[in-house]
Amino acid sequence: MAIERDPVTGRLTTGHEWNGIKELDTPVPRPVYFFLVVTTLFCIGYWLLMPAWPLGTTFTRGLLGADERAHVTAAVAEAARDRAGWTARFERADFAAIQADPRLMAIMRETGRTLFGDNCAMCHGRDGAGGPGFPSLRRGTPLWGAAPEEIAETLRVGINSTHPESRVAQMPAFGRDGILKRAEIEAVAAYLRGLADPRLAAAPDAVAGAELFAGNCAACHGADGRGSRETGAPDLADETWIYGDGAQAVFNTIWNGRQGQMPSWEARLALWERRLLALYVADLRAQEPGSAQGSAQGSTR
Amino acid sequence: MIAELTRGERQAALIILCVLAFTGLLMAGFGRESALDFHGALVLALSVAGLFAVIRGYYAPPPDPARLREYFDAPGRAGILLAMGWAVIGMFFGVWVAALLAWPDLNFDSEFTSFGRIRPIHTTGVIFGFGGNALIATSFYVMQRTSRARIRDQLGAWFVLLGYNLFCLLAVTGYALGVTQSKEYAEPEWYADLWLVVVWVVYFAIYLRTLAHRKEPHIYVANWYYLAFILVVAMLHIVNNLAFPISLGSDKSYSLFAGVQDALTEWWYGHNAVAFFLTSGFLGMMYYFLPVRAGRPIYSYRMSIISFWGITFMYMWVGSHHLHYTALPQWVQTLGMTFSIVLLVPSWGSAANALLTLNGAWHKVRDDATLRFMMVSAVFYGLTTFEGSFLAIRSVNSLSHYTDWTVGHVHAGALGWVAMISFGAIYASVPWLWKRERMYSTRLVEAHFWLALGGTVVYVVAMWNSGIIQGLMWRTYTESGTLAYSFVDSVAAMHPYYIARAFGGLLFLTGAVIGCVNIALTIRHAPAPAAAADAEPPAAGQLQPAE
Repeated sequence: MAIERDPVTGRLTTGHEWNGIKELDTPVPRPVYFFLVVTTLFCIGYWLLMPAWPLGTTFTRGLLGADERAHVTAAVAEAARDRAGWTARFERADFAAIQADPRLMAIMRETGRTLFGDNCAMCHGRDGAGGPGFPSLRRGTPLWGAAPEEIAETLRVGINSTHPESRVAQMPAFGRDGILKRAEIEAVAAYLRGLADPRLAAAPDAVAGAELFAGNCAACHGADGRGSRETGAPDLADETWIYGDGAQAVFNTIWNGRQGQMPSWEARLALWERRLLALYVADLRAQEPGSAQGSAQGSTR
Repeated sequence: MIAELTRGERQAALIILCVLAFTGLLMAGFGRESALDFHGALVLALSVAGLFAVIRGYYAPPPDPARLREYFDAPGRAGILLAMGWAVIGMFFGVWVAALLAWPDLNFDSEFTSFGRIRPIHTTGVIFGFGGNALIATSFYVMQRTSRARIRDQLGAWFVLLGYNLFCLLAVTGYALGVTQSKEYAEPEWYADLWLVVVWVVYFAIYLRTLAHRKEPHIYVANWYYLAFILVVAMLHIVNNLAFPISLGSDKSYSLFAGVQDALTEWWYGHNAVAFFLTSGFLGMMYYFLPVRAGRPIYSYRMSIISFWGITFMYMWVGSHHLHYTALPQWVQTLGMTFSIVLLVPSWGSAANALLTLNGAWHKVRDDATLRFMMVSAVFYGLTTFEGSFLAIRSVNSLSHYTDWTVGHVHAGALGWVAMISFGAIYASVPWLWKRERMYSTRLVEAHFWLALGGTVVYVVAMWNSGIIQGLMWRTYTESGTLAYSFVDSVAAMHPYYIARAFGGLLFLTGAVIGCVNIALTIRHAPAPAAAADAEPPAAGQLQPAE
């Protein structure tokens, strides 16, 4: 318990000892007090200026009258005002007029990319090329039309969505509901694979499938299997497949039916955002090598 | 283990294990359609195994009364080994989950290894498994030596250690099965939480009883830190986990709090878990092992006391800085931010006290990797607390929040501070606990040190980069006033940093594995000290009597 002197620092110990540990009686260094005072003064200043302390059912508002919610609301409104010059054009102008304006088209490509990335890419892919279960927006015949007006409408109401005006396309479960037998479905599947790929068209099953197709599928998909942009029935003769082109995948589709869904964006995106995205998707198709006239074709079918 | 227990303690152990086995049976029986039945079976199996062990040793001769003149170190030794085991498990899962972020296919298409399940296995494995066991083991060690008193309750000490590890086991196996409260760092469900309360109350009681029987007139500051850790963690754990199970046969419960109140309770808990689990207890560790290893007196008794009370008072306020710019009222955010700024002063006080204690022993820091672990941990403690106060400022937080910067900050603290001080304390105490002259290989300690430091630096720098890039990408606007990047653009931009992070973690894990090997070799092969006395060197150094 003896108080000792430390030769390194010249300080005395406190005289306490715990299993050999001793402590120097060094005073708290000046900078500690200095920073304690500085930080405390900062706090008091901040408390005076900003909302800080609770007072029962209310709180001290602060001399600056800062209000986070009001600040955000004002900032959002200001940003909307800044953009209003061109967003108004996307809301009201004719699609053809926008497409003729290179400045608006440049904004559309820039902003459309991020809007697409944040809202559409999780299903359709960052590049719009789709994936299993989700159609490519770049290639193949569009389900509900590829003219900007048609895309904008699909975005607004969705497909098989909860929107009251939703586009509806329900393919029956031909196998599960007993409309066709297993062998018949296999024949239709073979016919369909031949439709898209002429090398498979000669298979014996495919020939039998043609008749079954005419009786069961042509009502929606058309006698030539090219589908319909009015009912959203996919084109079965083009080179793209939403749910896969393998024999098993096609069989599964016919057996279980398909009721693919796309949400309605009317409540989630502003009108100018939806119209901008419609142009962006149309532009994706136009940029795609080999299907440059896709949008024009889509609107006439 | 059983041979050291008195007849009465053996009987008490049998009763406790029977109660546990029965509880496990009830859980398995009533826990239909939930993970409760699996956990019941686990508890039952472990308690039956424990019963067999106790029964086998039951008729062993009573322990030698001479043991009461020595410290009770058996649970401490087991705790060190458990800590190292959990370190490897927790860090392995950490590397895995980091790799999963870079290569998402690495969950091998199984729900058991999805990100949402293995991420809490990592955090619980390292924080509670590694950190918790290191704290319990060193607290037993430190409180006995600084009180010059043997733990009063041998069975209680074992109960705390093994009971705590049962909690950790229930937690991590539960995550794999999808059991979670969805509260960060408080994921275990109601039944595991209740069990931890029982264990923790016993822990607190043991600590107080041992301190009450101390033969030193004063309580050393390390004990203040350990006590704050135990007491406040109990308070945090109980309040944040107040919940109603949907039935006694279900593993699912609903919190008593909802909405923003729930968020604030959770982050009051979450930040104070950082404060009192990951800081206070480890400061206790530092205040014992650093001066002993350096052979130097603590730089300033006064600074250690005011830092203790500063940290204890200030941390309670700052949890709301996790909820800046949210539905939480702004005045609560203000309080969180301002107290976070003042908190820097006592935090740096502790870091400075540690580093200034090394004055006169810097040559040892150069030569001794164990002491260097402790020195670097104090540096990282200072860096991390500065960064924490900085990130708590609202305008800084608007850039950093929700980004990897937060993850980097946490790991600067967890790897640089918590893990390094633990490794330092473990390397210092293993030879003392197993009565060895030194660690088996000082070169392996050296290798571990550089792997740990390298891994931490790679990890933290990668996360600083990715975090700041994310934050900037999310707030960059185009000329026309819309966002320049979509969220998925920022995800794609993170890929190289996520690979770097996984690599940094792998270095750190490799170091921990080397540590395990070295500890095993020390226990098996290192020579015993020449003198029969306690291997621990006196910490007083070369003090001279003051006239």
